[in-house]
Amino acid sequence: MVQYSLWLSAVLFALGVLGVVIRRNAIILFMCVELMLNAANLAFVAFSRVVGIDGQVFVFFVMTVAAAEAAVGLAIVISLFRHSESVDTRNFNLLRW
Amino acid sequence: MHSFEPTLPWLIVLLPLLGFALNGLAAFVAPTRKALPALVAPAAVGLAFVIAVVNFLAMRAAPPLAPVIVQGYSWMPVGSLQIDAALQLDQLSMLMTLIVTGVGFLIHVYSVGYMGADPGFARYMAYINLFIFFMLVLVLGSSFPVMFVGWEGVGLCSYLLIGFWFTEKANADAGKKAFIVNRIGDFGFLVAMFMIFANLGALDFATVFAAAPGAFPYAGAVVTTITLFLFLGATGKSAQIPLYIWLPDAMAGPTPVSALIHAATMVTAGVYMVARTSTLFALAPLSMTVVAGIGALTALFAATIGLAQYDIKKVLAYSTVSQLGYMFIGVGVGAFSAGIFHLMTHAFFKALLFLGSGAVIHAMHGALHHTHSKWDAQDMRNMGGLRKHLPITWVVMWIGTLAIAGVWPFAGFFSKDEIIWQAAARAVGPFHTWFTVYWVMALVAAMLTAFYMTRLMIMTFHGVSRLPEAEQQHLHEAPAVMWVPLAILAALSVVGGWFNIPEEIKRIPVLGWLPGGPWVHEWLQPVTRTADAIFGAQVGALSEASPLGGGEVAWAVISFAIAVAVIAIAASMVLRWQYRPALESPEPAGLKRLLWRKWYVDEIYDVLVVRPLVGASRWLWRWVDDAVIDGSVNGLASGSRGLGWLSSRLQTGQLNTYAFAVVVGVILLLAFVVL
Amino acid sequence: MIDIPFFLFVVFAVVAIGGGIGMVSSRNPVASLLFLVVTFFSLAGIYVLLNAQFIAAVQVIVYAGAIMVLFLFVIMLLNLGSDYHADIRRFGWIVAGFVAAGIIGGILSSGLTQPGLLAGGGGGALVDASVRDVGVVGAVAFPLFRDFAVPFEVTSLLLLVAAIGAVLLAKRRV
Repeated sequence: MVQYSLWLSAVLFALGVLGVVIRRNAIILFMCVELMLNAANLAFVAFSRVVGIDGQVFVFFVMTVAAAEAAVGLAIVISLFRHSESVDTRNFNLLRW
Repeated sequence: MHSFEPTLPWLIVLLPLLGFALNGLAAFVAPTRKALPALVAPAAVGLAFVIAVVNFLAMRAAPPLAPVIVQGYSWMPVGSLQIDAALQLDQLSMLMTLIVTGVGFLIHVYSVGYMGADPGFARYMAYINLFIFFMLVLVLGSSFPVMFVGWEGVGLCSYLLIGFWFTEKANADAGKKAFIVNRIGDFGFLVAMFMIFANLGALDFATVFAAAPGAFPYAGAVVTTITLFLFLGATGKSAQIPLYIWLPDAMAGPTPVSALIHAATMVTAGVYMVARTSTLFALAPLSMTVVAGIGALTALFAATIGLAQYDIKKVLAYSTVSQLGYMFIGVGVGAFSAGIFHLMTHAFFKALLFLGSGAVIHAMHGALHHTHSKWDAQDMRNMGGLRKHLPITWVVMWIGTLAIAGVWPFAGFFSKDEIIWQAAARAVGPFHTWFTVYWVMALVAAMLTAFYMTRLMIMTFHGVSRLPEAEQQHLHEAPAVMWVPLAILAALSVVGGWFNIPEEIKRIPVLGWLPGGPWVHEWLQPVTRTADAIFGAQVGALSEASPLGGGEVAWAVISFAIAVAVIAIAASMVLRWQYRPALESPEPAGLKRLLWRKWYVDEIYDVLVVRPLVGASRWLWRWVDDAVIDGSVNGLASGSRGLGWLSSRLQTGQLNTYAFAVVVGVILLLAFVVL
Repeated sequence: MIDIPFFLFVVFAVVAIGGGIGMVSSRNPVASLLFLVVTFFSLAGIYVLLNAQFIAAVQVIVYAGAIMVLFLFVIMLLNLGSDYHADIRRFGWIVAGFVAAGIIGGILSSGLTQPGLLAGGGGGALVDASVRDVGVVGAVAFPLFRDFAVPFEVTSLLLLVAAIGAVLLAKRRV
């Protein structure tokens, strides 16, 4: 089962990567990041079957970071939206040549 | 017997520097006020002269065998190289100090009269004070680098004073020419200094001269190279072939400057330097032969040019070049005391002649100025018959002329005859054929000297005046502040030779009754004894007779007779020639034209050196500098700019693209870690 | 006889992957979000199967509950759910994304399942033992408050900073 969980984790992570590369909606980009974090969590939990409880403790920390990231990230999205009435990343390209 | 203790030696050097500081300040603050410079500048040099005399008397009471070093401070302590700012007092530097401060003082006094009306008077006085300072550093320095400081400093002052009236381009150009030609000589001096340090590991005179006889084999390649490079330096500073070309142009400066710097003191620095490094030169017979040869060639060559010049100062300038050639014959054949002795007497009579010509120019200029005439105040064709108007100048200039022509009992007779005789007497070594040739050349040059000086005197002071009546009324004798120094120099030009009368001449009744003796020779004995010993050991004793037979006395009588004869012939010839004012004269033709145009040396140098150099510089500027160097720098700049433009295209501003880049990076990292 | 846990695992895995695909491909952000919630729920189920009941509970409460509601709240606040439009990038980027995702997935799945990595396998027994001793919460809580006390406190600080930062960023006027 551990084996399959790790494969599942890899697949979910790959899906997250795919979403980050192909989507433009800032909120969906965030969700993809969350998906990747969850893939990592799954791997942690799976490994806790091998190395002990520490894997689960780390999941706890990852969730905290994810929550913090979501809070700040969504705040940024809100202020961006307020600025240009959009969350499409095409509109936020001021930092270029 | 108590030993020699120098009295306030630093003051000798620092007083002129103080004078420079005060006068320089005056030139900045109140350039129109002339009382302070007129007082301070001569006083500073005069005081230095007094201290020098005090030291001289102390030194005469107890002559030191080794040079007395007066330590200042450690100037350049670099590893094993210790260069101190120190003074070296010995018989040679003492004599030079006396000449520099003594003649310098007289010329300072004269300058107060000559330059008194010039708006740049304070600046002028500051410059010549600075010059005296550097000249004293040059002669009193105890090591090659300190001497070099003075060497460069006098070059700087020379440049500043030649171009003193810099608003006229010709004067500024003459200054530049002097400066640049001197740089070539300085290159030689520097290379010689480097080689001395590389071979001996020291640069102060005492160490170098003590170590040189042991370190360098006689006639070795190294010591020959060193001395030849040193002599290259001397040819630049002392205006010898091939670097003499700057000195005639240097007459663009004020006349007292020509007297002080370009006749009496600075240009003799090369002679002093050869005498100072006599130990090295004695070890290199080939270099000695070259020195004497260049000297003989220059003496003869410059004398021929002097025959056909019309500018009174140009004649004296070529005469100076020629007399410097004599000094180099003297030091080149190994008779260092004879060379220095001629340096001394030449300082007296050439300063006298220049200052006298200054008095003439002063009078001419004043007269021409009154009538707003465009005539040249320095062209002898515009003069003639000035004797009536300038009686004092006329007398003292004749004394100078007789001295330089070598008429007994004037100074030049003893000093020049000594050199000519030494060239003959020392024609015993492996280069004796050459020495014989030099001796003959020196004799011929002596005749030419008598001729061109007589020509100068006759054209200027005798015959009918070619100046119009209107101007003649305004001619006037120089003021006392100018003619008193002239009188003192005239007296020195008479008695100056008696300081070194050879024993042989003392013994014969007609010529030898004069007070005096071989004092200079004996005085310089401690300085030249190493060189004399090397000469005696390697070459042998001096010859008693000249290559054509006859001893010292015989040739002294012969040259005296020749000089008198040439003066008489020249006087009668020149008096018969009908000169017309410069503007109405046709250009000289034939041989005269060749001499008048100075053998076309300036033109030859222009074609051979100046134009190729200018062309090469232009080519380097256009192609190497502009195209290659600037091109590569600009190319690099625009290349990086282009690369930056290309890589800036990666900054799309698109979040997803950046994310993709991160993903690619992660892939690479993972691949690196896992695989 | 069917292995029930394994059967459940396959079901959860298929649902999770399906949810992931749905999230990535949905044009409507709200739909995406709901697909993600589905994925999270099935992950919670897998956590239970892996004997991490406490984590499963937190997953449901914090992730699927709090964080996803926050997302939904933002979407609705910004009114993005109705007038959506295509936000998928050009075809070239899609290909690039698939390639990159494939490579990463491949590397991860091969790297994480290297033979040596899963050897031993005593950890499961340890976890089960501590669950028996102190319960599912205690099994996580004891190491968390004993061995990871300092990181835990730092985490609280992080959350505080994030909260302040979020307020600061989202405020209309500072």
